[in-house]
Parts: sequence; structure tokens; C-alpha cells
Amino acid sequence: MALALQTFSTVKDANAALQAAGTRYLGGGTLVVRAANEGDVSVSSLVRATEPALSTIAVAGDRARLGASITMAAIARHPELAWLAPAARAVGGPAIRNMASVGGNLFAPAPYGDFAVALLALDATVITEDGEAPIETFLAGRDTSRSIVTSVTFALPRPQSFRFLKVSRVKPKGVSVLSIAALLQRTEDGTITSARIAFGCMADRPMRARATEKALLGCRLTPEEIAPALAAANQGIAPITDPVASAWYRAEVLPVHLGRLLLA
Amino acid sequence: MAKVPVRFTLNGSEKAEFIESGATLLHALRDKIGDTSPKGGCHQGTCGACSVIIDGELRLSCLTLAETCDGADIRTISGLAAGGVLHPLQRAFLDAFATQCGFCTPGMIMAAKVLLDRTPNPSRDEVVEALSGNICRCTGYEPIIQAVLTAARANSQNAA
Repeated sequence: MALALQTFSTVKDANAALQAAGTRYLGGGTLVVRAANEGDVSVSSLVRATEPALSTIAVAGDRARLGASITMAAIARHPELAWLAPAARAVGGPAIRNMASVGGNLFAPAPYGDFAVALLALDATVITEDGEAPIETFLAGRDTSRSIVTSVTFALPRPQSFRFLKVSRVKPKGVSVLSIAALLQRTEDGTITSARIAFGCMADRPMRARATEKALLGCRLTPEEIAPALAAANQGIAPITDPVASAWYRAEVLPVHLGRLLLA
Repeated sequence: MAKVPVRFTLNGSEKAEFIESGATLLHALRDKIGDTSPKGGCHQGTCGACSVIIDGELRLSCLTLAETCDGADIRTISGLAAGGVLHPLQRAFLDAFATQCGFCTPGMIMAAKVLLDRTPNPSRDEVVEALSGNICRCTGYEPIIQAVLTAARANSQNAA
């Protein structure tokens, strides 16, 4: 099915055009063109914006800003984002990574959207034409959002404080059984003083693991001390079922992989 | 459907076409221009059969809208052989029995070409990673991996 595509040089103009019924924003195309190819008749026209800021990575001081059109491949090869590269490389094969964008990943339904899981753990701020929102708020309302995402920003984590794991059955590239991102602040003796844990595939979109985060406070990363946190991992989750794995399987293996990530 | 003018270079030749707005590059190449070497497999970005090289990067033509390629340099496997002589990757795929039904082969070879252009002597793991977006249901992957490694060795011997 062919669609009319409108290209605008500014986000503002594209955002105005996006308000028309049946109109979707075209980022990398891996979601919306796929939907159109699949016969999604709710999409009748596409808009895109070519504003240069959408394609800019800025790492300055203690913060990073990723333009919404930045691809997973661009993040994976950026020298100052090497710590984030595993999350970017978790998205599809090489061709997909050359197309899939930061902005699009925020809208990817489970089992996709692994990079958004990383952004959730990083407590990113999502910037749209309408303003700024914490990523958790943005993800909760993404189904009704009609404002173009222009960028995401986040504080650069301390060295070795960010961890990411994607579990798939087909190696090296496959659809997620689950993904986990963790941002841990620790004292010199290894005691955890702050924890942000995000899960992918444990709901229809990335979610915080609040019970696990709470249970990790005051622990060191030993099998004995993290055991309560692993036991709490299944609290509040509603895993998806798809051809890759059932909800039951995802829930069963979640604590195992969380333990491996924390003890790595 | 409105038609839009699109100009790009396809395998070194200038192309200027009027293309339906919103049409995919795969559709434009196969049905408008007549280059049927990229194959339409899943149309979902999963199989990699439609892989082409756009401005030096591997892309999926089934998920790329043609009009976003205005001014781009596009390479498909139909432009790989030079003067009737197969590209080393094409020769290696034949010699290593890496081609069976052949449907996945154009995408596989374009993915491998990007790899060898950037990494002339890849490790086996790098080959596996480079081909990880391309699905083959006939050969299994080992002959394909061996073909890419063979082509890389041939390249390095020729360069020596």
C-alpha cells in the first residue's frame, strides 16, 4: 500500500501536519512502513522532518543529548557512548540498526524497544515539540501522543554503573525473550546506594522494577545479598506471550538473568 | 496517488523517475526500474532478502521509502559483477555451495560486501554478526559464512 509522504524542514511544520487523522510520523521506517506493508489501513499518510538537530549527538559535561533521528548504528559507533553500545547493538541486525531511530524505539511495542529499556534505566528526559517529560511519564502516554519527539537527554552514568542485558534464543540477533537495564550507584565497599532497574518484555512497554530496586538498597553484589531482590523481580510484571516465549517462561527466567546481570 | 520526482544513482548510473509518494524503494527498484535483484521476502524487516547498500550503509529496501533516497548512491547485487566477471563474493558463494534456492543470496552478499568493505579480514564472529539480519531457509548458515571468509582471504591474497 502506497502512502503519501510529506517532508518538512522544521519539526514545527511537521508537527502541525501530524495532527491530521490517519497521519503517522516517519522516523527510520522500521515500525510505520512495516505497519503499512502489513496492511494497517489506519495509516494513510506520513510526515517527516529533516531539521538537522534531529540527527545530532551531543555529549557535553555530564549530560548526553540524542536527536530523535539518531540511529542505533550511530550510537553503537560513537566513541563517548561506548558504555551504551550494547543496548544499541541489541536492536536488530546491521540493516535495522542503520535505520531504527532513538525516537522510534520509544514507541516500539514489546518484544521490541530494547533501547528504550536502557533509556528508562538512565532516567532519560524525552523532549517533544510540546515540552519535556520524564521517560516513564512519556512511555505511559505514548499511545495517545501526537507530538513529535525531537530528542532524549540523560545524565552520563559513572563508569561501570550501567549494565544491560538482552536475552534472545537466536544468536547473535533475535527477538527479545527479555531485556534488563540497570543503573547502580555503589559506595567504595560495593554497597548499593541507588538502583534503577528497567525490564523489557515484562509488560507491553518498558517498565521499572521497583520492588527489585528497593530490595537492592544496602546490598552488595553477592549471591546471598541479592537473593531478596531476585525474589522480588516478578512483582508487578505482566510478561507478554509471543512466538518467542510465553509469559510463564519469561517470568520463570527473569530472576535467573537478572542475577547474572547483577553478578557479572 | 501523487507521483514525486526522485533522482538517485543506481549501481553507478543516474536514474530519474516519477514514483508514487510513499512507495518503497523495493517497489521502485523492482517494478519501476526493473532491477529485480533485491528480493521481497517478509516486507517486515525480518528476512534481509531486500538488503541494498545506500550511501555505503546496509539498508532494507522494503522499509525504505523511495523518495527519501533522493540524491543517494544505491548499490544492488546486479551491479556487483564487473565486465562479466563475478565479484569475489559471488564466486565464493558459488564455489562454497552457499547458494541453494538463491532467494536470500542478494541480501546476504550485500550484507557481506558492507562488512568486507570496512573489515577486509573479518573474524568468523564478525561475519556471523554481519549476516545476522539475513535469513536463509535452505543451506544452513555454515556454507554462507565459509563463503564470506573465503572471499575475504582471496581479497587479502590479491592485495598482498
